[in-house]
Amino acid sequence: MEVNMNKTELQKTANEVRKGIVTAVHSAKAGHPGGSLSAADIFTYLYFEEMNIDPKDPKKADRDRFVLSKGHTAPGLYSALAQRGYFPVEDLKTLRHLGSYLQGHPDMKHIPGVDMSSGSLGQGISAAVGMALSAKLSNESYRVYTLLGDGEIQEGQVWEASMFAGHRKLDNLVVMVDNNGLQIDGKIDDVCSPYPIGDKFKAFNFHVIENVDAHDFDAIKAAFDEARQTKGQPTAIIFKSTKGKGVSFMENQAGWHGKAPNDEEYATAMADLEKVGEALCQK
Amino acid sequence: MSEVKKIATRESYGNALVEMGAKYENLVVLDADLAAATKTGIFKKAYPERHIDCGIAECNMVGIAAGLAATGKIPFVSSFAMFAAGRAFEQVRNSVGYPKLNVKIGATHAGISVGEDGATHQCNEDIALMRTIPGMVVINPADDVEAKAAVQAAIEHDGPVYLRFGRLATPVINDRPDYKFELGKGVVLREGKDVTIIATGLCVAQSLEAAEMLAKDGIDAKVINIHTIKPLDEELVIAAAKETGKVVTVEEHSVIGGLGSAVCDCLSENLPTKVLKIGINDTFGESGPAVALIHKYGLDAEGIYAKVKAF
Repeated sequence: MEVNMNKTELQKTANEVRKGIVTAVHSAKAGHPGGSLSAADIFTYLYFEEMNIDPKDPKKADRDRFVLSKGHTAPGLYSALAQRGYFPVEDLKTLRHLGSYLQGHPDMKHIPGVDMSSGSLGQGISAAVGMALSAKLSNESYRVYTLLGDGEIQEGQVWEASMFAGHRKLDNLVVMVDNNGLQIDGKIDDVCSPYPIGDKFKAFNFHVIENVDAHDFDAIKAAFDEARQTKGQPTAIIFKSTKGKGVSFMENQAGWHGKAPNDEEYATAMADLEKVGEALCQK
Repeated sequence: MSEVKKIATRESYGNALVEMGAKYENLVVLDADLAAATKTGIFKKAYPERHIDCGIAECNMVGIAAGLAATGKIPFVSSFAMFAAGRAFEQVRNSVGYPKLNVKIGATHAGISVGEDGATHQCNEDIALMRTIPGMVVINPADDVEAKAAVQAAIEHDGPVYLRFGRLATPVINDRPDYKFELGKGVVLREGKDVTIIATGLCVAQSLEAAEMLAKDGIDAKVINIHTIKPLDEELVIAAAKETGKVVTVEEHSVIGGLGSAVCDCLSENLPTKVLKIGINDTFGESGPAVALIHKYGLDAEGIYAKVKAF
């Protein structure tokens, strides 16, 4: 099911995804808005342009797979899935509520469209590598995408998985790093610097596309197109992003990594996003 | 009497994988640089394209297995018990157990019978670790026949399974035409009315021998082989406790969290019974020949006999 959107339509959709994130986290009174908002455009592009998927048949065998290795940004994934039609947007308000299928971290057993349960950092990438290997073993053509946080790559397992993916030349695998520069305890280069990120993936025999603006759909498209053209090695896309993107008071604030807005903050956030939405409608 | 045939269950594992590989095209085997020791090398020889060496990176190996299972393969991941259940515990819990993926963990070199490598490689905690994961099936086969049957049963079961194999060649005790492996079902190997000895793994053969020694002293011991520690055959355990009163558990594993604990969990709720747990007594192992270690730690027939007699 291909959806071909122009840039403005993608921006509008991403803005709706952001509203869903803020609404879900506000309703849950907990969750991770910062890294969900920084990756909102990536989620949007993946589910509306890049991946071969069908919301009416979430488990179709030849679908492309996505593993949210930075599983705490589930609100971003859920909001994109809801916008894409996997489940009602209204359900986002049940995020993290007792009895809701929208668990705090992605749960493949209960959420339509979620290809792998994740949340314990460093583990999702290994599962994605396993899926890419699986496709190679049985000569299937689906592609596998996984999104990691820039703090997450401090986990050693990420590099075990990368070594294996490079060694096995898994060119059906795209590893994305959401480089928003912040983790819970502060700036990633103050806490325990993972820089240079691109060079590390290069050293593990990846084709690396660096400094991709995570909020520019032309740049996002170019990166994914380049990944698709790349043969004989996996691709790593290092996205430069803004944590909390789209909500003025959350932008570039480590404090908004894992905190829910109160009612007043929620109103401000939604007003910010409404304004963006209105401006996009003028286009 | 003819010499009893002895085979290490890791060998049985490797052989069973080859057999199953012919039957199940989607069966794949993963190893972490230990194919010669875990015996997955036997499978590698038969099906090189379906044997994936992940290098010395067990956590990643378990994650890769999760991805393979999520896309329809039946992956067996192999390493020493110490690394499969110990190092990769959280990966097994979160990437395999929580999503209930169809991953089989073939852990070899369990317990002190690893021998000369010593304490760092002698895992006496794996049953305890794996037993706590919801939905995980835990199997510790007693011999070659049972180990091979367990591999097949693990494949036929949809969901995660932990299989525990040993390095040491142990006597084949189940070589009989009517042998049948039923997941979750214990096997009464000897009837008796004075005490029930519930054993698992290589301790089963030793317990049978101990029962013969006890018989000479007029103690009539019932011997039960529990190959599936989870789910435990509670019905059989309760019935045996009712029948003989005293219960003894024997395992090549810590007395904390293993078969003994599983039996106590069951009996304390259903039929409070005095239980003697024979196993590794909250201590690390050490280097030495496997047979000598089993003797030193009281897990051979002689040790079991002495403890049961004094119980």
